[in-house]
Amino acid sequence: MQIINTITPDYRSYLSKEEMAAIEHEASIMETREAAGIEALKVVQKHRGWISDDSLYAIAQMLNMSAAELEGVATFYNLIYRQKVGRYVIHICNSISCHLSGYQQVLQAIKAHLGIDYGQTTADGMFTLLSNACLGGCDKAPVMMIGERHYEYLTPEKAVEILEKIAAGASTENYLSSFLNEGDAAADRENKPRSRDYLDDDDVAGEISEMELSDD
Amino acid sequence: MIKAPDKPLTSLVNLEQPLSIEGYIEAGGYQGAEKALHHLSRAEVLTLVEDSTLKGRGGAGFPTGMKWKCVPMYEPGDVNAPECKYLVCNADEMEPGTFKDRVLLEGVPHQLIEAMIIAAYTIGAEKAYIFLRGEYHLAARRLQQAIDEAYRSNWLGENIQGTDIHLDLYLHSSAGRYICGEETALINALEGKRANPRAKPPFPQFSGLFGKPTVVNNVETLSNLPHILKHGADWFKGLSPDSDAGTKIYAACGRVKTPGTWELPMGATIREVLYDHGGGMLDGLKLKGLLPGGASTDFLLPEHLDTPMDFASIAKAGSRLGTGGLIVLDDHNCPVSMVLNLLQFFAQESCGWCTPCRDGTPWAVEVLSRIEQGQGSLDDLDTLAKLCDFMWLGKTHCALAPGAVEPLKSALKYFHDDFEQHIEQGCCPYQGGH
Repeated sequence: MQIINTITPDYRSYLSKEEMAAIEHEASIMETREAAGIEALKVVQKHRGWISDDSLYAIAQMLNMSAAELEGVATFYNLIYRQKVGRYVIHICNSISCHLSGYQQVLQAIKAHLGIDYGQTTADGMFTLLSNACLGGCDKAPVMMIGERHYEYLTPEKAVEILEKIAAGASTENYLSSFLNEGDAAADRENKPRSRDYLDDDDVAGEISEMELSDD
Repeated sequence: MIKAPDKPLTSLVNLEQPLSIEGYIEAGGYQGAEKALHHLSRAEVLTLVEDSTLKGRGGAGFPTGMKWKCVPMYEPGDVNAPECKYLVCNADEMEPGTFKDRVLLEGVPHQLIEAMIIAAYTIGAEKAYIFLRGEYHLAARRLQQAIDEAYRSNWLGENIQGTDIHLDLYLHSSAGRYICGEETALINALEGKRANPRAKPPFPQFSGLFGKPTVVNNVETLSNLPHILKHGADWFKGLSPDSDAGTKIYAACGRVKTPGTWELPMGATIREVLYDHGGGMLDGLKLKGLLPGGASTDFLLPEHLDTPMDFASIAKAGSRLGTGGLIVLDDHNCPVSMVLNLLQFFAQESCGWCTPCRDGTPWAVEVLSRIEQGQGSLDDLDTLAKLCDFMWLGKTHCALAPGAVEPLKSALKYFHDDFEQHIEQGCCPYQGGH
């Protein structure tokens, strides 16, 4: 810990109160502090987009573990970013059902549209492209995840359209809740009762949710 | 008296808006937990679950009662008793082609919480975790909301419903890694470590999470418990005409007409799942083969369509029931390319702990890529056959590599002509199949 302390300031001056409270809560429900490591990485990533070396040192210090040990954990898990990523990270599913359903064409369309390959970020810092192991949307393949939202039944055209809408400010919050929230907003705007029928055709969230829902 | 449901797991599923605790109770929920906590001893619940012959739905099919029975039990005040025991729900659904637990997690979260109360009571656990895969954001929100509701209604926390039983239930959202589905790797992940599987023994029931007795059960397995408590072991066995009791959430994906999930009596045939429910193949496509229970199961062929999807029958046909989710290969998709995709997955998700898996899976990917690109030789087929042997059970630290071998070995057997055509023609004969 001595070595770490000489090259990094006290974690309390680095992490925000909000981050520390969330990490402390995770540590409190576990028998050891290091058990909160993965959640702590996720907490800081949620606030800062990715895990920088400074973030790693600060979390390790707070959890009373070595930075090397936490680095071993951080690099093990797919959803922890140890490099700077774009504002939105596209996780396109490349597992078997999406493979059989032709995700390759969707991937090509995304790469061509954004001009980036796997692991790269667009020049404007908006999108990073990554693959993801099976997203559990096999009956709605091909699928991708951006933020908390899963986008399903993709075609090359639809994927590009979704990216254009996100670039223009569409939400990537969890699809069902954001669908409801956006439904509320739409209802307020138009003074109509909340119903899926009233969702704007252009509303990507609405489209996705309807497909999701109609399937059952 | 409400009629006992014939689709107990999914009868209350609502994917648009799952039931709140009030709605769930109104629909008969928490009656199973009520019965267990107020009217049955731990031993009686254990006997009931043993009698029901419930088997694990996570893939391995291990009898749930037997798993629980191994947990050491202590009289109050026993100095040898551990400080606490743990129950963990394995909701790290990452087997490619599997999306059944998601339905239960998103559609009826209180059923899982009720189930965990029953399971924790039976094994004497006072702390429980739901280990959820990181990508299931909607499930995370709904589970946390349901957990909060259960605490407010005193179904979790101290002195549950006026008893002397305590249970704290926490949601742990993972950061994405297939190996976390292996129960000892999952335990390491919960401890904040790299998810390398542990050597067994000791089994988790004796020394699991933080070295304490721990039971890890799958979402679908647990979700049966409230109903077994409510309606009894005989009812559960009567749900299925098959040797395996209860229902199963089957699924189909790939290029079939209506992919999805369906709760059916255990032992429904592949044909029923694929044709009666999945609608059969998309127009213009023929069935070439299928994986019956996720990526890590052996291929079966159209000749196996009438095989009942229970543990013993699928094993007899040469594969494993696994998660019960069919991954269907059509005649326009290349089997070599399919196996390559599967092996790429296993190579990426190997934890790297043992050499056969860490080196064997990428090696298989390299050879398969060569064949798929038309640059393979007949010697490559021998190499693949050898790799199947090098990575087989007993030679690896856990079941990941043997799981990778299953589709590879069976593809070499059933689609041998396709492999040879790639080599002889110097290209993939399926190019442009989409």
